[in-house]
Amino acid sequence: MADTIKIKIDGKEIVTSKGKTILEAATDNNVYIPTLCHFPGVPPKGSCRICTVKVNNRFMTSCSTPAADGMTINNNHDEILDFRKSIVELLFVSGNHFCPACEKSGNCELQALAYRLGMLVPRFPFLFPKKMVDASSPKIIKEQNRCVYCKRCIKTIKDKEGRHYFAFNNRGNKLEVVLDKQMGNTISDKLAQQAMDNCPVGSIIYKGRGFSQPIGTRKYDKEPIGSNIED
Amino acid sequence: MQDLITKIVKRYQSDKTRLMDILMDIQTERGNLSRDDCGRLAQKLKMSTAEVCETASFYHFLTCKEAQYKIYLNNSITSEMAGRKIVAEAFEKACNTSFGEVSDDGMFFLEHTSCIGMNDQEPAALVNGVPFTQLTPYRVKELITELKKGKSPKEAMYEALGDGRNSNNLIHSMVNNHIRKRGAILTNDYQPFEVVKTKLCERSPEEIITIVEGSNIRGRGGAGFPTGLKWKFGRLTKAEHRVIICNADEGEPGTFKDRVLLTEFPELVFEGMLIAAFATGADIGVLYLRHEYKYLLNYLNSILEKMRKDELLGNKINGCKHFNFDIRIQLGAGAYVCGEESALIESMEGKRGEPRDKPPFPVEKGYLGYPTIVNNVETLASVVKIIKNGAAWFDNMGTSDSAGTKILSISGDCLHPGIYEVEWGTTVREVLDMAGAYDVQAIQVGGPSGILLSEKSFDRTLSYSDLATGGSMIIFNHSRDILREVVLNFMDFFIEESCGSCSTCRIMPVVLKNKLQKILNGHGVKQDLEDLASWGKLLKISRCGLGQTAGNPVLTSLANFRKLYENLIQQDKEFDTGFDLEKAVVESCNFVNRKPVLETKNLN
Repeated sequence: MADTIKIKIDGKEIVTSKGKTILEAATDNNVYIPTLCHFPGVPPKGSCRICTVKVNNRFMTSCSTPAADGMTINNNHDEILDFRKSIVELLFVSGNHFCPACEKSGNCELQALAYRLGMLVPRFPFLFPKKMVDASSPKIIKEQNRCVYCKRCIKTIKDKEGRHYFAFNNRGNKLEVVLDKQMGNTISDKLAQQAMDNCPVGSIIYKGRGFSQPIGTRKYDKEPIGSNIED
Repeated sequence: MQDLITKIVKRYQSDKTRLMDILMDIQTERGNLSRDDCGRLAQKLKMSTAEVCETASFYHFLTCKEAQYKIYLNNSITSEMAGRKIVAEAFEKACNTSFGEVSDDGMFFLEHTSCIGMNDQEPAALVNGVPFTQLTPYRVKELITELKKGKSPKEAMYEALGDGRNSNNLIHSMVNNHIRKRGAILTNDYQPFEVVKTKLCERSPEEIITIVEGSNIRGRGGAGFPTGLKWKFGRLTKAEHRVIICNADEGEPGTFKDRVLLTEFPELVFEGMLIAAFATGADIGVLYLRHEYKYLLNYLNSILEKMRKDELLGNKINGCKHFNFDIRIQLGAGAYVCGEESALIESMEGKRGEPRDKPPFPVEKGYLGYPTIVNNVETLASVVKIIKNGAAWFDNMGTSDSAGTKILSISGDCLHPGIYEVEWGTTVREVLDMAGAYDVQAIQVGGPSGILLSEKSFDRTLSYSDLATGGSMIIFNHSRDILREVVLNFMDFFIEESCGSCSTCRIMPVVLKNKLQKILNGHGVKQDLEDLASWGKLLKISRCGLGQTAGNPVLTSLANFRKLYENLIQQDKEFDTGFDLEKAVVESCNFVNRKPVLETKNLN
């Protein structure tokens, strides 16, 4: 078949079809590449850099790079694993993440990645940034201390006309994800729940529902992140 | 009567991709961008207010601050070296406000800004977009006094107009070109549009591309991608429209050659765009002009207008049947990262200047989805000379792997800062001689994203295989504190200018800077130097060139000036948290009038 291509990930030969990204090809074939900002169904933006792999000796984000015939890809290599761990550590030190008190603990992808990648204490000094909590919306708390700027809420939570509820504000280390004041006031219960679910961390909390599922029974309390992909 | 927002939105046919222009127009008319106006604009464009602010808050020169005069003082390293600190104090005193604030009378807004492309005439500031160079506290006082009397910035100019076309009525600026050495591109014998009129239509587009390929010219912005190949790729992609963008967003601190090219040789640049358009079959042309060069806008537009009259833009250019092309100028709004070609395209589409994932490359899918060729100002200028004089003529200049000449922007500790056009293969030492630089401790080649070199590297050559550079050269003599003045300044620059999208580039420069600060504070240990080197490696997995090089000030100074770091670290300690207990409790000690008993320190 013309659109069948072969790639190699850590020596494992994978047959996939043209048009798939490296990440999709890997996932289809039970190879786990960790992701954080990626959200299936919306265009990737390769911004957390956690899914970085080495393709023919160049670093590429697997969520955004199309698989091409003959690619040789390094995934579980020491250098890359340490980069991924470093990124998770950077995200921890650049926010204020207190897992035991967080509504998302156990369902949090950042926390799960930290366990999976073997983070004990970040090697980087904590930055202790001063962040605000925006609880002005009747439905949603936007907890800026926990945001990882993945853009998932920006890309997925929109109204019927395509208006975004969430948006970036400022740039660089002053960057934040904000909830539009007016739209935050009228957001439906369904979208508020969806926003919380799509957030990989505990930065978007649907008011009153934070602990509806008890800690200890949650997704990553049961098995490590990525277990559902690996064979 | 129509309200202002409706009028401006109509001007751009409610086109969301023109959001940058819409926001700038509102700011021009209103003086600032208020939350109310952003809200009304959002309604008109069927966006949320947060979305409008998403773009607006990205750009340094879009602001909600309201003031009659907006003053942006350059904080690049050469500005610091030329006395920026006392100039800043003079501004605060004269305007009776502080940086980041508006004065009580609503007259002045003071703000710092990254390099404005005047490194050879610092300290420099933009006052309502008008450049004021070589500022001193005295000049600041005079300037502010004149402004308070009600004069416009142009009327308040305290010095004669600059050289060359800086005195043109439409530019009217005190900026100087300082062209110190002319080569193949900067020669004075240029006849505008001679090549388009005589040499273009007799050849096929493919032939033009072959000549450009044969000249071996590579992109002059710094990345060095072969220009002919870029054009070929752009031409290959089938599409309804193709786009030529001239990248005049020169934001790398220390470079100002594009400012000089656009002042003295704008026809040459536009002619280069015409050649690129002819060769690639493009019909849409855009000059992306950085906001700092807004003072050139009317002048550049007047040249485009004349080109239209002379049938050098529009349909059937110069009588060539299928040659339809026009150029518009897109003004930037203050973001270094927009110099990256895909970020520049995002910005042109009315969005934040966040670089795109590649592939697809702009030559396949760029501005509005069309194949887009982004070339540097100098590259386009060079192409005209290549078509005029032939590929071999160009290829014979320079070295075997780097053809032609390079225009250098030289600044810092030297007698003659300015523009020097040299052939590739010139050594750093020759550059220093040319500029009259003595007692040199270090030179920054390629701006903060480049490399800091010490004396032992001065025999290295400027070339794509050795020192590839966009042309920024900043010289430091032995009186400069490299780590405290230079490296910290460069790190602040990267922290300020990161788009924030990649977690690596958003956070790591802050971590590196803090570590350097710890060392400078006397708390450094040997491990800290190893940490800097190993942590900095993470940046190379960032999406764009900015992010990948954002650690270079620390990493290259650590490699080439290790002694400076070693002199600062404590030899007798293996671990230091960097926390100074004594300092941390000074205030409370003073308050209770007691001194703590510290185990390790002997307090008298």
